Amino acid sequence: MQRHLISAADLSRDDAVLILDTAEEMARVADRPIKKLPTLRGRTVVNLFFEDSTRTRISFEAAEKRLSADVINFTAKGSSVSKGESLKDTAQTLEAMGVDAVVIRHGASGAPYRLANSGWIDAAVINAGDGTHQHPTQALLDAFTMRRRLTGRDAGLGQDLSGRRVTIVGDVLHSRVARSNVDLLHTLGADVTLVAPPTLLPVGVGSWPCEVSYDLDATLPKSDAVMMLRVQRERMNAAFFPTEREYSRRYGLDGDRMARMPEHAIVMHPGPMVRGMEITAEVADSPRCTVVEQVANGVSIRMAVLYLLLGGNEPAVTHARTTEEK
Amino acid sequence: MDTQNPQASDARPVLEGPDIARALTRIAHEIVERAKGADDVVLLGIPTRGVFLAQRLAAKLEQITERKIPRGSLDITMYRDDLRMHPPRALARTEIPGDGIDGKLVVLVDDVLFSGRTIRAALDALNDIGRPRAVQLAVLVDRGHRELPIRADYVGKNLPTSLREAVKVQLAEEDGRDTVLLGVKPAAPGERQP
Repeated sequence: MQRHLISAADLSRDDAVLILDTAEEMARVADRPIKKLPTLRGRTVVNLFFEDSTRTRISFEAAEKRLSADVINFTAKGSSVSKGESLKDTAQTLEAMGVDAVVIRHGASGAPYRLANSGWIDAAVINAGDGTHQHPTQALLDAFTMRRRLTGRDAGLGQDLSGRRVTIVGDVLHSRVARSNVDLLHTLGADVTLVAPPTLLPVGVGSWPCEVSYDLDATLPKSDAVMMLRVQRERMNAAFFPTEREYSRRYGLDGDRMARMPEHAIVMHPGPMVRGMEITAEVADSPRCTVVEQVANGVSIRMAVLYLLLGGNEPAVTHARTTEEK
Repeated sequence: MDTQNPQASDARPVLEGPDIARALTRIAHEIVERAKGADDVVLLGIPTRGVFLAQRLAAKLEQITERKIPRGSLDITMYRDDLRMHPPRALARTEIPGDGIDGKLVVLVDDVLFSGRTIRAALDALNDIGRPRAVQLAVLVDRGHRELPIRADYVGKNLPTSLREAVKVQLAEEDGRDTVLLGVKPAAPGERQP
């Protein structure tokens, strides 16, 4: 039985809907005077962050604390990693301390998978973003935000996202958020369209379960949700587009473009936003933009994932594809 | 809450629809009598069937007192003491009435009182939500075999059972009909589920 969350592609439709439904109940804990549940009392969770992150790390920490888990934070800066310690040795150190789960963010794609399947460690592994590969809890919180906004809090329970049209715009090439979202949204029955300059689309995107377009204006009127991605300068080692100005004119979302979206459609962004680049301040501050909601929903989703993976004697989420062929 | 399913063939009904209705009417009157008018009563049902019983009880209380009776639900899944012994369970809804429970008389409502562990978990859950003036317990069936010092204040029917038996409450809202079934537990003998 697998008890890791490595990739959004590993989740079946029923697993994903169970996580979203559980998150809906977890969200109600935030409205209570005592925002704490005793569920993970006595379990130790390590947040192992080899790459910078504010939102995801704080979100996981809040979720772990709300479930009463003991939290250990580890950042690569100022640790033995900067002295040259390998992932294996770090993992074995954690194992010796007796941790129950590891939340890992790593710059190398596949590091969480390696950690989960290497036999170095007995704990559950939750991927909090690895290189340009996957960021499954982000995809789950995005799906949760869409279901809440488009279907409704109570009406959405037990429902997937069948027939919803989601447009993901921007730097798909470097985006683990886009990959996770394409996998999960496809599983949940949504139709995904990627919009990006050809230079920012990965090789082999034709085999992904989604449409690809280069024309944002033609896609917007057919979208229920538009997800803007940040241009990841720090991962770029070449010129992918002529100028920033040209990029934002063709692929940025401004007020005029937002007006072309259907009345009910929402604007999403995984953050951090670069105002003036992929999104204007007018759009970012409009009530149709769900950025702040996504952050709040992130805590609920992570509580749900932690509960379903760690809350019982075996995980409630069934994985198949992360198991290594032996 | 008793979740075991007696085998359909040998399960025999011990309470039928009219019996359940009469028991709830009596409990409603007892609540009004003991709470001297039920001014500050809040009914909280424990999912799944306790919630429906709480709604029915609230309706009867409203008939008697001609006042609105706040009612809600209290999911105890996250507070169970046997969480580590099973795969994680799906969560149910916790719905606390708008005015909260501080200083109120909370009556917990459940279908079957057995080991008492569900009620212990419910008391823990209440602790995180507020501070009631007092907490009382109403159950449709008390089947005995307590493992904790807990008793019900209002009981629909005391049902002496053996541990090999299983009690199943069926309600129209969930199961299509009102009945309480007593049958032989299908699981291995000696094994006991709280």
